[in-house]
Amino acid sequence: MKKSQIKNTKWISEVIFLCGVLILWQLLYVLGVDILSLWKPYAMPSPAGVLKSLCALLSDMSLLTAVGYSLLRGISGYMISIVTGCFLGFLMNHFPYLRQNLRPVVMGIQTLPSVCWVPFSILWFGLTQQAIIFVVIMGSAFSIAIAADNAIRNVPVIYKKAALTMGADSKQIYREIILPASLPELISGLKQGWSFAWRALMSGEVMTTCIGLGQTLIEGRNLADINQVMLVMIVIVLIGILIDQIIFSKLERHVYQKRGL
Amino acid sequence: MSLVLKNVSKIFEDSKEDVLYRINLEIKKGEFVCVVGKSGCGKSTLLNLIAGLEKPTEGEILLNGNPVTAPGSDRTVMFQEHALFPWLSVVQNVKFGMKMARVSPKEQEEKAMKYLQMVGLAEYKDHAIHQLSGGMRQRVALARAMTMDSAILLMDEPFSALDKQTSNRLRSELQDMWLRTRQTILFITHSVEEAVYLADRIVIMSPSAHSIANIVPVELERPRHVYDAEFVEYRRKILKEVEGNQEK
Repeated sequence: MKKSQIKNTKWISEVIFLCGVLILWQLLYVLGVDILSLWKPYAMPSPAGVLKSLCALLSDMSLLTAVGYSLLRGISGYMISIVTGCFLGFLMNHFPYLRQNLRPVVMGIQTLPSVCWVPFSILWFGLTQQAIIFVVIMGSAFSIAIAADNAIRNVPVIYKKAALTMGADSKQIYREIILPASLPELISGLKQGWSFAWRALMSGEVMTTCIGLGQTLIEGRNLADINQVMLVMIVIVLIGILIDQIIFSKLERHVYQKRGL
Repeated sequence: MSLVLKNVSKIFEDSKEDVLYRINLEIKKGEFVCVVGKSGCGKSTLLNLIAGLEKPTEGEILLNGNPVTAPGSDRTVMFQEHALFPWLSVVQNVKFGMKMARVSPKEQEEKAMKYLQMVGLAEYKDHAIHQLSGGMRQRVALARAMTMDSAILLMDEPFSALDKQTSNRLRSELQDMWLRTRQTILFITHSVEEAVYLADRIVIMSPSAHSIANIVPVELERPRHVYDAEFVEYRRKILKEVEGNQEK
């Protein structure tokens, strides 16, 4: 009861804070654009304008379509990243040669901003879905590989020793020890991987011409509609937060609580 | 049936600590053997060699005539601490070894509960590991080790991370359990009192020679009590040997 009350007041204070930000924003707009004419109206978004944009894009379904396409692309690219990243992490862990030689390369590539992959991707795949998904994969797979490698490496040796002296073979060690023991760290790595994937997705979408949030953003720029640009940015942030909260935070809490971490 | 160590030596390339020279030892079925010595005398290395977690540089280790080459469930190790798996519940931890050996689920359940009862933790079977105290965790670890029916159970200072009271209680429980099961046990400890309390024979390691200094049989009636005159005498005698080896 008490805990839920605390949660409630926290929630309410957050809403009040956000309302305050919105009011300030609207005031700033009225002051800066209408009264002092510091900004041109097309260069400064306003809450009211964003709301109008939202209604317009909702009524012709274009916003939902864009969100749907973006999510679909983002998630499929991310899934491929998880598979290749984890596999790469496993390889680096299993073969000392790869650990020594491949890991630094992967670390290096990981620091490359995902937008750098766009020219490459367009030359290979054209202005297509595949081009965007390629950028997503390149943007997130390497960070997942490093995270998976670290997660496996940080499994306490004593777990492996205990399992070995209870007769576990190497397959069982991977399935029953390394996988569950590395899970908390792996999930954190996957969470970070998702944020990389989501950013890479936007770089890809902005540069190509497929329907999606990135294109809706560019369309806003082309129409000099700053409110639409702002709206899309807000939607991108909200989806990022939502996925983080709904999937990863829940998963993390579940795994951590079970182990008393 | 026995465990035999013939001229076993272990030399590490990168450190001089914990090396072993020419260890000869035989442990018979049903025996409780304790190894005592100061830190750095190689007693943990000895256990790792028998467990198969390390390979001897020289000599051979035979279990029932077969050379030991790799870790296996016939030589289960109970570690000092933190060797229970935090992602599994108490009973799942106890079943782990049987699961690896693909024992039928029914038998796993029966045996797990039998040993959990023996250590007095049957009602905690569905608890998470982090909910247990240190003493309870080591009881679970003991139950888990017992389910393996190992030819020899290797115990690596299992009570040394616990507070004195808890470790005293656990060693008396271990004595009771041993009297009931007569499980062959090799028990590593730095506490002479613990060794005198538990052992049929005490192997005294010399930290200077990195070898066995002496093997002393303990001819005391069980159950033993630390305040008996004979017990105190044994403890004094062995302590003197352990300390004496230290000074040389």
